[in-house]
Amino acid sequence: MPAAGVVLIVAVVLIVAALVYYLVSTIFALRQIAAGLDEAIASVGEIVEKSAPVNGIVTTINEHLDAAVSALEGLLVKKAGMQDAVGLVDGLYPGAAAEGFRDFPESATVKPPRIAEVYTRGTLTLARLGREAPIAAASPSGGPVLRNVTGGSLAARALYPEVRQTRPTALERSPIIGTDSPVQYEPSEEPGVRRRMKAKEEA
Amino acid sequence: MTLWWIGDILLLVVVLPVVVYLLRGVLAEARGIVPSVRRIGAAAAAGSKDLDAAPLLLTTRDQVIKTVETVADYGGSLDVIIDDAS
Repeated sequence: MPAAGVVLIVAVVLIVAALVYYLVSTIFALRQIAAGLDEAIASVGEIVEKSAPVNGIVTTINEHLDAAVSALEGLLVKKAGMQDAVGLVDGLYPGAAAEGFRDFPESATVKPPRIAEVYTRGTLTLARLGREAPIAAASPSGGPVLRNVTGGSLAARALYPEVRQTRPTALERSPIIGTDSPVQYEPSEEPGVRRRMKAKEEA
Repeated sequence: MTLWWIGDILLLVVVLPVVVYLLRGVLAEARGIVPSVRRIGAAAAAGSKDLDAAPLLLTTRDQVIKTVETVADYGGSLDVIIDDAS
């Protein structure tokens, strides 16, 4: 066989060897890819299976929450009036008045009273919802006050001793002190020690 | 004979390097895909595990329904107790 033929055979063998090596390596890599994709597909299947009922459940939750929001908005507007309701919501959540109430599109155009800048939230809530607090007299809504604002503070009278409950014309005055006082109190013998009463000393 | 040698030289100098170059590129790309596929599989498995808490949404739905019903009852009482604005 001529030398050129031998070289040709060697070249072909080298090419075939290269083909075998690289193609077999590629086959192994593709098998790894296929195995990885099988795992991924199985996990994706689990995701699809687990997330299937989520849409329906979330839709149900949103429907109930929408109903609650509508009811509460309606109650607030009914009880406080549109302007005060917007002011109350804007006081609690600054900037919310711009969006307005969902079921009351006209509420977006209401200029909210600056309620929160004057009163605290607690007072504000009492004044708006119950109108039982004294501050309700200054309520911009102008609704009737359920509590006697003028006489309401007299309830504090009950905190004092019983003698004040009878509303006496004049209470016993406080003792007069000084050198010209009708009753002279003798100084104590020692600081912090009261002098004994004469009656007790005689007895 | 000269043509034989020319053919041998072409095989060794041109064909063999080209074949090796092309097959090496295919193998490199195939091997490059393997880590990406493994990461996808790991991410999908983690996502599936995260959704294990999805059945708790049933409890959340029931609680929301009960809460809304309570709020509705309370709102009805408030509607009776408190005067309307107008």
